[in-house]
This record gives sequence, structure tokens and C-alpha cells, in this order.
Amino acid sequence: MRHLKRNAKLGRKGAHRNAMLANMVCSLIKHKRVTTTLAKAKAVRPVVEKMVTLGKKGTIHHRRLAVSRLHQEDAVQILFSEIAPQHQDRPGGYTRIIKLMDRRGDAAQMAIIEFVEEGDAVVASSDEGAAKAEAAPAKTDTEVAPDADEAKAEAAEDVPAAEADADAADKGSSEGQEKKDA
Amino acid sequence: MGVPKRKPSRSAQRKRRASNSVLNLPQLSVCPQCAAPFVPHRVCPACGHYKGRQVVNIEAY
Repeated sequence: MRHLKRNAKLGRKGAHRNAMLANMVCSLIKHKRVTTTLAKAKAVRPVVEKMVTLGKKGTIHHRRLAVSRLHQEDAVQILFSEIAPQHQDRPGGYTRIIKLMDRRGDAAQMAIIEFVEEGDAVVASSDEGAAKAEAAPAKTDTEVAPDADEAKAEAAEDVPAAEADADAADKGSSEGQEKKDA
Repeated sequence: MGVPKRKPSRSAQRKRRASNSVLNLPQLSVCPQCAAPFVPHRVCPACGHYKGRQVVNIEAY
């Protein structure tokens, strides 16, 4: 009977699933943040946490245990030298899952999984990347926070667009607007 | 076996189909950062903030 078996199967057989989870852990270690479906994020989290715990112990034996699970020595190197020391004082809970809007196309629930200690750094680096890619528009994005009036003006522009999207899903546009006004 | 005694009237048929095909708008909140409507417990799609923190850079997407 399938009682009390809580791990998500994710449409894969065991070996396939373990390989995918190992790859996702390695991606998370290398990039500090991964955007994926909520189900996969939740499935990866316990594996990541156990790997960080191995990293905190830090001996050659624990390093080999981590390699045997992850199969990528470069990722284990980053884990042991960079990520584990940052989380040395944290008693578990090394990762954070943030829910995103549903994916367009299949309406899958999406989420970000990231290391708690690294989250702000990732956002900062993505800001820099955006600033390099498109100098002017990226700057306006960062200025939204301090300038309340500007934020409201932009929000007013955003509202009709959002409503148009919602109305497409809804049958009657007037009905949708009434609910939003209420 | 039990068999329906009567064919459902057009009215009953339409009422069943109407009530079973209603689309509901998701419950929305107003983003404290940018005042755009967003789904609670999700990152605001307009400004990329969540719990007072810039989580996603919208321009980068």
C-alpha cells in the first residue's frame, strides 16, 4: 500500500528522479537560485538541506558522501568552500521557496528556490546584469521603491493591463471590474 | 436498474451547464509596494517584490 509515502514522484522512476534532483541541487549550488515548478522546488529542498549539512561537517568522508549523491565534484567544491561556511550558524532551513505566478501555457505553479544567505546577493547581481543589458529601463525599476508618486503612476498604468488579462479569462468584463473595485 | 423517468427540460439542462461553467476571478490583494493587484503569497508580477523585498527583477525578464 502507498501509505505515508510523501515524496513527490514527479512523473519519473526512482533513478530518473534521483538524477534530476541531483542535477537541480548542483544547479542551485552553482547559481544560488533556481526558478522551477513548486512541486520540484519542494522535492529538491530536503536533498539540498542534507547536502549543506554534509558540507558543514566538512570532512573528506562527508565530501565523498556528497559526491556520491550529486555526481558533480565542482558543485561539491562550491558547496563545501562557499555555501556551507555561510550557513554554519544556521540550524537547518538553509533554503527559501518563494511562490511565483502560474506558468503561462500549462498553468503550472512556479517558484524560486534559493539559499537564505545568498538571496539578496542574487537579486543585486541580476540588477547589475539588467543595468548592463538595458541601461535606462533597468534604472527606472530600481527607482520605483523610494519614489511613491512615481510608483502610483506606474501602478495606474499596470492596473488596466492586469484587468485586461483577467477579463480574458473571465466571461464578462464588467463583472471582473466590479470585483476588483470591491 | 434505475432509469430517468423524464428527459431533463431545456431549462434544467441550461441551468446545470451555466452553474458548472462559471469562471471565478482569483482573490486579489493590492501590492503594498506598487499598488498593482496581485495574488496573495505570490511575488507581485508588476514590481517583483515579495514581503517587502525585491525578489525578482522584472526588467531582467
